[in-house]
Amino acid sequence: MATNEEMKEVILEYVIEEYADEDDDVQYDTPLISGGLVDSFSMVSLKRFLELTYQISIPDEKATPEAFDDVNKIVELVQEYL
Amino acid sequence: MTNIGSYDERVKNFSWSIAEKELDYKDGDILNIGWYCSDRICNMGKAGKTAMIWEGLGGKEKQYTFNDVRLHSNTIGHFLRSLGINNSDRVCLFMDKLPELYLGVLGILKIGAVAQPLFSAFGDESLFVRLENAGTKAIITQKKHAGKVQKILDRLPNLEHIIIVDYDGKKPLREKEIAFSLEDSKPVEKLDIYPTKAESHSLLHYTSGTTGQPKGVKHVHYSLISQYLTTKWVLDLQEDDIYWCTADPGWVTGTSYGIFGPWSLGVTICVLDTGFSADSWYQFMEKNKVSMWYSAPTAIRSLMKAGDEAVKKYDLSALRHLASVGEPLNAEAVIWSGKVFGKPFLDTYWQTETGSMMLTNFPGMKIKPGSMGKAFPGITAVILDPETFEPITSPNKPGLIAFQPGWPAMMRTYWNNDETYQTKFKNGWYLAGDRSTIDQDGYFWFIGRDDDVINTGGHLISPFEVESALLEHEAVAESAVVAKPDEVNMEVVKAFVTLNPGFQASDVLELKIMNFIRKKLSPLAMPQEIEYLDKLPKTRSGKIMRRLLHAQEWGEEIGDTSTLEDD
Repeated sequence: MATNEEMKEVILEYVIEEYADEDDDVQYDTPLISGGLVDSFSMVSLKRFLELTYQISIPDEKATPEAFDDVNKIVELVQEYL
Repeated sequence: MTNIGSYDERVKNFSWSIAEKELDYKDGDILNIGWYCSDRICNMGKAGKTAMIWEGLGGKEKQYTFNDVRLHSNTIGHFLRSLGINNSDRVCLFMDKLPELYLGVLGILKIGAVAQPLFSAFGDESLFVRLENAGTKAIITQKKHAGKVQKILDRLPNLEHIIIVDYDGKKPLREKEIAFSLEDSKPVEKLDIYPTKAESHSLLHYTSGTTGQPKGVKHVHYSLISQYLTTKWVLDLQEDDIYWCTADPGWVTGTSYGIFGPWSLGVTICVLDTGFSADSWYQFMEKNKVSMWYSAPTAIRSLMKAGDEAVKKYDLSALRHLASVGEPLNAEAVIWSGKVFGKPFLDTYWQTETGSMMLTNFPGMKIKPGSMGKAFPGITAVILDPETFEPITSPNKPGLIAFQPGWPAMMRTYWNNDETYQTKFKNGWYLAGDRSTIDQDGYFWFIGRDDDVINTGGHLISPFEVESALLEHEAVAESAVVAKPDEVNMEVVKAFVTLNPGFQASDVLELKIMNFIRKKLSPLAMPQEIEYLDKLPKTRSGKIMRRLLHAQEWGEEIGDTSTLEDD
C-alpha cells in the first residue's frame, strides 16, 4: 500500500500535469478549489483519477470542494476509502 | 420603496426614453459605454466613491474609486492606441477576474474598439476558433494563460499583440508579447474618447449553437439603455448598495450586469477572484457587507448542499435583495433562500443574444417559486406554436419563447454569420431557443431547450463542438454528445463513442478522453461520463440520432424510430 508521502507525490504530480498553468506554483497545501486551480467541473476528472489509481469509490457526497481543496486533504479523503 | 414601484404601472406607461432621459442621452448623441461607466459618474460628483472592491488569491485586496476607474480605463485605452489599435478593432480579454479585466473592457470601449471577453478556462482550441472568427487584433492576458495563445499563434495572422498584464521579467517575452503594468503606468488624465454612437459595435460575446462553430454575438453601445434600466428596476440597485455579481465577464452576465449596469448607476461592485467554496463566499459577503447579490442556480444549489449551518456562521444581515440567472432556478432553491437568507432569489431569464433581462421576477411582485416571472416592461414576450409560429393565447400550453424585436440591447447580428442570425426569426418574432408555458397570471414557466444545446451550470455547450473535438482523439472513431441530468448543474455533458481498431474500452481511456476535451475546449465541455458503444444509432442516411441517446438519459419516450438504420 502507498504511504501518505508517496500518495501525496503522485497526486501532486497529477494535479500539476493536468490542471496547473505554466506559472502556477503548486505545493501540498496550495488551495486547489478555493484557489481557482481546479474548478467544480474538473473535480470530476480528479475524483475519477483517484478512484482509478487507488481502486476506491468515493461517494459523491464526500467529494466536496472542501475535501478536494489541497493535496493534503485529498490524501486524507483517499485514506478513508482504502 | 423599490425602484420599479408598481410593475403594472410601469408596463402601462413604459418607454425606453425613461432610461435615455436618466442617462441624459438624446437620439444622435455620442454614446460610449466606457465614458458612461466612469467619466460621467465622476462628473456627477462621485469621483471619490468606491467603484470596485476586489479580492484575489491569498486574501489580496484592492479598491478603486470611480476616478481610479476613469484614469485606469483611460490609461489602458491610451496604451492600446499606442499599439495601433483603432476604432472597430477587436481586442480580446482573456484573463481571470483581475481588476484589469473590468477596467480593460472600459478602456477598449473608450477608444471605439470592440471588447471580446473570453472565459479564461477555455482550452487552446476553444480560444482559437473565437479569435480566428473575430479576426482579433490584440489579446490582453496573464502570463499563466499566454502559453495557450502561443500554441495557436501561427494560425492567427490577424493577431498582432499579446499584452501581458502581470509580466515579472522572469522569462523573456515571446513572439508578439508585450508587457503592460497598470500599476506602473502613468495615469492618463485626459483621453480623447472615440465618438461612438448608439449603433457602434461595442462587444463580441461568443455563444454556442447545436451545429457549427460558436457564434459571435454583436452588441452595440445602445445596449446600455436596457442594461441601465433593468439593473435599476430588477436588481433594484440603490446608491449605498454593495453589489456582487458572481458571473465572470467572460460571459455576458459578467459584462451587462457585472460592469455596465452597476457602474452606469454609480454603484459599488465587489469582485472575488478565487474558486468556489461556501465558506469563502459567505465570508466575502460578510466582510464587504454585500447588500445585493446576483448569482447562478448552480452556485445556489452548491450552497444548498453545503447546508444551512454554513450560513449561520456568518453575519449576512446587509443582504436585502437576491437574484439569479443562467438556467432555471428550481422552486426548492427559491424556498431555501427565503428560509436561510430571509429573502428569496428572484429568477431572471435572458441570454447572450438578448443582452439584457427579458423575463424576470421583480422586487415587490408576488413570487411563484420555479417561475421565471413576467416580461420586463417594454418587452413583448409570447409563446409560439412550434408548427405555425403564431402566439398561443390559452394558458399553460407549451410553446417556443419568443420576443418582439427592438429592445435596445438586442444583438445586431452574429459576427460574419448573418445567415444564422436570420434563422432566429419567424413571423417577425425572435426565437430564444427555449420552450415554456405561460400561466393564467402571465408568469412564464421554463420547460427546456428547443434544440440539442447543453446548458451546464448556466453555460451553453454545443454538442457539435464536443463531438468534433472527440474525433480528434486517436481512440475515438465516432461520437455523439447529449445532455445528462445533473442535480447541481442542471445538465452536464455525456458522450457516447465508438472506438478505433486497436483501442480497448476502459476506465483509464475514459479519463484520458475526458482530460483531452477539458484541455482542448474547457472544463465545462468535458464529458462527465463517456459510454462506449459498438455502434451509434443512425438514420438510414447515416445521421447520428442524438435524440435517442438524449431520451435514454432523461428516461423519456424514444418516439418515432422509423428512420433508424437497420442492423
